[in-house]
Amino acid sequence: MAAPTVAPPETPRTPPAQPVRPRRGRKSRVLFWIGLLGASVLFLYPFFWVLSASLKPRSQVFDNALLPSQWAWENYVNVWQAAPVLQWFLNSVVVAVAAATAVTIASALVAFGFAYFRFPGRNFLFGLVLATMMLPGAVTMIPVYLIWNSVGLSTTQVPLWAANLFGSAFYIFLLRQFFLGLPRDLFEAARIDGASYWGLFWRIAVPLCKPAMIVTFVFELKASWSDLLKPLIYLRDEELYTLPRGLKAISDQFGQSGEQQWEIVLAGSVITTLPMVVVFFLAQRHFLYGIATQGRKG
Amino acid sequence: MSTATRQRKRRPRGKNQRRETLAAFAFLSPWIIGFLVLTAGPMIISLVLSFTNYDGLQETRGVGWDNYEKLLSDPKVRKSLSNTLIYAVMIVPSTMIVSLALASMLSRIGRRSAGVFRTLFYLPEVTPKVAIGVLFLLLFNGQVGMVNWALGLVGIDGPQWSTDEAWVKPGLVLMNLWSVGGTVVIYLAALNNVPRDLYEAADLDGVSRWQRFRHVTVPMISGALFFTLIIQTISALQTFDEAYAAFYGSAASASYSSEAALFYLIYLFQQAFQFLHMGYASAMAWLLFVIIMIITAIQVKVSKRFVYYEGGDR
Repeated sequence: MAAPTVAPPETPRTPPAQPVRPRRGRKSRVLFWIGLLGASVLFLYPFFWVLSASLKPRSQVFDNALLPSQWAWENYVNVWQAAPVLQWFLNSVVVAVAAATAVTIASALVAFGFAYFRFPGRNFLFGLVLATMMLPGAVTMIPVYLIWNSVGLSTTQVPLWAANLFGSAFYIFLLRQFFLGLPRDLFEAARIDGASYWGLFWRIAVPLCKPAMIVTFVFELKASWSDLLKPLIYLRDEELYTLPRGLKAISDQFGQSGEQQWEIVLAGSVITTLPMVVVFFLAQRHFLYGIATQGRKG
Repeated sequence: MSTATRQRKRRPRGKNQRRETLAAFAFLSPWIIGFLVLTAGPMIISLVLSFTNYDGLQETRGVGWDNYEKLLSDPKVRKSLSNTLIYAVMIVPSTMIVSLALASMLSRIGRRSAGVFRTLFYLPEVTPKVAIGVLFLLLFNGQVGMVNWALGLVGIDGPQWSTDEAWVKPGLVLMNLWSVGGTVVIYLAALNNVPRDLYEAADLDGVSRWQRFRHVTVPMISGALFFTLIIQTISALQTFDEAYAAFYGSAASASYSSEAALFYLIYLFQQAFQFLHMGYASAMAWLLFVIIMIITAIQVKVSKRFVYYEGGDR
């Protein structure tokens, strides 16, 4: 195989990270904005292309016209009839919401345990939490499957979310940082007023860290919604598929390896992606805040 | 950090300390149970399995180091490993460079417009990787795909991205560069945190823009660079969804899928859940773990010399 060299970066027409200051001459300012707008077009265009192509009749899917010359709304009816898309959508919603809810509550509990209490072995245990982040999922993938198999749940949707009931290292880390940021006096005062430990968590820590909890929820919602590997391992019955697993099935049947009915694959891709785009716009503040914090704390 | 000092003020309280410890472990119990049942236990099982011929069918027996010896001579392990490493070497630096370029641009414009562009750059990141794989087949289709059409507009005869062995991985890299948004957001946050007066001091000293970037910006955001380097590398070494979606999984796709997209995790998945060679696949998983550990350790060691932490407390 010919060794590919480093791929040319796709976006920048501008040299990497040369700070162009608005003050510097008009010509470089124009170039700067051309570069920025060009990059924006590159990032948005695939969305338009897919959305538009998914509404074109089969013969025109690849015509690269910005708008379909004939609007083929029936593509969406066809994908509906070709596969139980609505069922998959509902499955995805149930699994993703269960996964996100479970991980948010469990991780918050554990994070509070690490943030508030002093107890022997705390640093060791927290180190262990961080260490599990390094462990590739592949190492536990097979035994965990065997465990689910031994309790008779290996062909259900349960394994897709139930592990989240135990929290997840990354979110524990994230939420702990937020809990540590709360003034300790708040808790001391509540203790003096007779609040229980549970009260400290539920009445003080959780309400004050709601933004961080929402960050956790939307991150996991996205991660769970997108997952392909677990559905591939666990879901056999087509009725139980989530959308990514379903899209894979559609793509196998109608795409490059199948009947070349790309308009159906495109409609399926849109249905799989669009819900997350909507969620993103509803919760974008939290997505972006969460990501930015991640980098800083890291 | 600062809580540590606050905590020290609390006086030790004998009996209460025991109650506090009990309460703490009650809060930690979900994680502790999960760790034992879904991490530590499975790790031990996995390690044991890797020394057996377990496949759920024949009688299971220990085979000593056989699986590991087989690993080293399995051409597909070698192929998938080299694919994965080559891919990581391509995608990690490209992601970092492109993200840094975009983030630097955004750090030069007003916060409000930067916010709009930031949203826009992040948007593709919410696309599931399986859709990215499907889009790869569509957009990078050699005959009719959008990418080659666009290249054609500027007079370039684009390659057969999805079938030419040499172009599959660069194509996947380009496709994945579409979703660098998360890294852009991280870098932008880091860049906005660089104190203005450092730049002003540099300007007073009359340094060139490149020098200022190299000696002020890069050291000041080295924490973020390091963080993304580690995360990106670990995730690149575990590439699965997009490559599997595009090239594997159906009987028919075997006819066009090229070995160039056989990533390590894909081969591991095939061994474990298609051929049910779970003992062998467990050995593969441990090899991957060791490789990730080694690469991360090297990165940590090398980065120590370059990473600057403000306050130096972490």
